[in-house]
Amino acid sequence: MSDPAIVREIDVRTADQRRAAGATLIDVREPVEWDAGHIPDAVFIPLGQLGQEIGAAVPDKSTEIILQCRSGARSGRGTALLQQLGYTNVVNMAGGILDWEANGLPIEAPATLTPAQQARYSRHLLIPEVGPNGQAKLLDAKVLIVGAGGLGSPSALYLAAAGVGTLGIVDFDVVEASNLQRQVIHSTERLGHKKVDSARQTIEALNPDVRVVACDEMLLADNVERLIAGYDVILDGTDTFETRYLLNDAAVAAGIPVVHASVFRFEGQLTTFVPYEGPCYRCLYPTPPPPELAPGCSVAGVLGVVPGIMGLLQANEVLKVLLGIGEPLVGRLLLFDALDGAFSEVRLQRDPTCPTCSDEARAARERGDWVAPAAFGADQPFVLGGTAAFGGPAR
Amino acid sequence: MSTIRLPQVLRAQAGGERAIEVEGATIGDAVQALVGRHPALESQLLADDGELHRFVNVYLNGRDVRYLKGLDTPVGARDEIRLLPAIAGGSGG
Repeated sequence: MSDPAIVREIDVRTADQRRAAGATLIDVREPVEWDAGHIPDAVFIPLGQLGQEIGAAVPDKSTEIILQCRSGARSGRGTALLQQLGYTNVVNMAGGILDWEANGLPIEAPATLTPAQQARYSRHLLIPEVGPNGQAKLLDAKVLIVGAGGLGSPSALYLAAAGVGTLGIVDFDVVEASNLQRQVIHSTERLGHKKVDSARQTIEALNPDVRVVACDEMLLADNVERLIAGYDVILDGTDTFETRYLLNDAAVAAGIPVVHASVFRFEGQLTTFVPYEGPCYRCLYPTPPPPELAPGCSVAGVLGVVPGIMGLLQANEVLKVLLGIGEPLVGRLLLFDALDGAFSEVRLQRDPTCPTCSDEARAARERGDWVAPAAFGADQPFVLGGTAAFGGPAR
Repeated sequence: MSTIRLPQVLRAQAGGERAIEVEGATIGDAVQALVGRHPALESQLLADDGELHRFVNVYLNGRDVRYLKGLDTPVGARDEIRLLPAIAGGSGG
């Protein structure tokens, strides 16, 4: 064990090499200093919180730690503190970030948020997993919401509030009285208005940072590729199987993750489909049920909060995927039962014979000779009846 | 005895029951026992050839039986079987 009284120092070049070799670099400056620019991959713990937070940040006391501040003075005190706490391999970076910059070593350019954005997103900025860089990612992100209905309404509101910079919304329907029990992005005074216009009005009133791309059209085989192009994540708020299979196949082909949910009365299901990392919707259900065995909400009814809860869980998944944090629900189907007040989970797998995402399908796609399966698979012809098409008039 | 948990979409055909205890050494036996008790479920779960519909997934303790031994998957006492048919609702209309 090193003598706690002696603080070892290394120069910035050595620190850079040790950091590249896996040492943990901790920046002990204050938040305003960190925000103005910091060493890439550094862990941020202000000196005043170092004693409390080091245990969670670096549980193993033999980990190689480099402490750094502006000039090396505060981090010297931090180094002594960590040694007193039993950390055996701690060094101080002499000269601090001033010397680091003077030597031309990399500084992570801070995300530039306007003062208004800093105020609006302050609760995000306080979370280390989001922070200014995460918020900048959200502001640059493009999310497509297919269906401004029971799932799309709450998710669009919260994604807009979170500052997702571009929200595409696909829906060709108009707001009806029976929607308002759960589709909270619309309002009584907008009865009869296009849902995409109504959603746009609410979002623009909530957050002017968000650009809404309103697609007042039905998602079909001949426009799906165009509608989803350029988006980072798709939120599936569709209410028919045909749309869901079309969206699934096109999203896998385009390599875009889809956050899926569906609801029935008091129950909901949720999963995140990341192409080739986990299953796709066709792996989960290769063929859809006949319409009489799978009534939609317009026939079966739904407790309004259930799509609200599931839609927000979808928004949560979208934010995780965009920020690259946490464990998205890839290969896991989350089940919610509102009556029991219980969540449970089952495991999902990629189907090695999936016509959409199997290795064979992927190779064919990369060769350029993949043929999209019929929306309902050749073994089960399925005829859409009347209003069953996505977003059809409420019955 | 294993427990079959029924989602809401199947409960109307099962007298409103949420969970049903059944005897059976395999998934196939358990499903047959369920259908024996609630014949209205048969067409919802099984195709004419006696296999499960492709839009109905069966999970044994959270694992999809398609990747185990299908209807022949052995079932032990206190195992939990979940039936999950595809559901349409995105709650649009």
